[in-house]
Amino acid sequence: MEQRHEHHHDDEHGSELSEMQLRVRALETVLTEKGYIDPAALDAIIEAYETKVGPHIGARVVAKAWSDPSFKRALLEDGTKAVLGLGIINRVGDHLIAVENTPKQHNMIVCTLCSCYPWEVLGLPPVWYKSAPYRSRAVNDPRGVLADFGVALPADTAIRVWDSTAETRFIVLPMRPKGSENWSEEKLASLVTRDSMIGTGLAKQPGEVT
Amino acid sequence: MDGVHDMGGMHGFGKVEPEKDEPVFHEEWEARTQALYRAMSYTGAWVIDQARFTREQLPPTVYLASSYYKKWELGMERQLAELGLAGADELAAGHALRPGKPLKRKLSAAEVPNIITRGSFARPAEKPARFKPGDHVRTKNIHPKTHTRLPRYARDKIGVVEALRGCHVFPDTVAIGKGEDPQWLYTVLFDGRELWGESAEPSLKVSIEAFEPYLDSA
Repeated sequence: MEQRHEHHHDDEHGSELSEMQLRVRALETVLTEKGYIDPAALDAIIEAYETKVGPHIGARVVAKAWSDPSFKRALLEDGTKAVLGLGIINRVGDHLIAVENTPKQHNMIVCTLCSCYPWEVLGLPPVWYKSAPYRSRAVNDPRGVLADFGVALPADTAIRVWDSTAETRFIVLPMRPKGSENWSEEKLASLVTRDSMIGTGLAKQPGEVT
Repeated sequence: MDGVHDMGGMHGFGKVEPEKDEPVFHEEWEARTQALYRAMSYTGAWVIDQARFTREQLPPTVYLASSYYKKWELGMERQLAELGLAGADELAAGHALRPGKPLKRKLSAAEVPNIITRGSFARPAEKPARFKPGDHVRTKNIHPKTHTRLPRYARDKIGVVEALRGCHVFPDTVAIGKGEDPQWLYTVLFDGRELWGESAEPSLKVSIEAFEPYLDSA
């Protein structure tokens, strides 16, 4: 991918990067020679994560929930079943749970122990989600965390944090912004950010997208 | 284990720093590491909780100082050596020095679209669920030296069962090779003040996903 930084350190002053490149190359070579893995499968996995799986899937789920009350009910009742029924992806892990933001309650998702995240609908988690600052503070200072994202909620909005400590996975259904009433599902999806589905952001305002 | 991976509520790590337009992988080796992990998991060499436990056992200074995928890579090296699948001498040499051991299966590129989804950890229940939504429960005060998914900040606390989430592989046993021992799983909700005392934000509520053996009636 163009966006990946390719660094080459040919001198003897090995940075962590060059050390890791060498280690991973050695690991892949050894595992291939031992017959455990096929490098072509690795290429396919990377391609899937870079081009197929990502928050665009979750955005379509949210847009559908905003425009179709019966789908929204089904999503909140059984996220796995409802998302499968949409036909965007053909497999969803067990127990995908959608939680709805309202003016009274804002939901935020974290995994304090590692990096559990709803891959099927959001892709791989961003670095900050897996970082010590987020994992340590989300459960006792969620308003402070939101401030790091430039988000300030009304004082009377309660905060509910979901710690993903098992194989259940959570996606936040953000509030639909005012002024998007007659929008198509496709246009609505453009308002749905990844962070709004983790609960560290809000959906965009209609004026923010073209 | 009471390791540095169990970070909920710790102080001193600073601000969360979101990166604008973050790429899926920052470096080629990160992408390869993620893919290597997925491909090796597919062989049946380990299950997810064993991999988690191995990463948790990295020395605390290494855990805290390593980037996310570096932890994965170091964890894999450690696991492969423990399982006798690849030795440190081979990784240092950059080539296999001994033939591979037989594994259950090998991932092909054609099979990849089917494994991007997480595996299923739900299992048939062996007994009825002990708790129901609305029940008050107290989490146990346990400090196993092995893997557990009951975070420190939520031990010996009173909460309310909010939902029953089915019966699943029990991480605490499967991580140490003692079998799946399926257990009922609950969403348990705590008041912020129960967890953090009087200084907690009054409206805060936090839930964990708690396996039945973590809970007593309250």
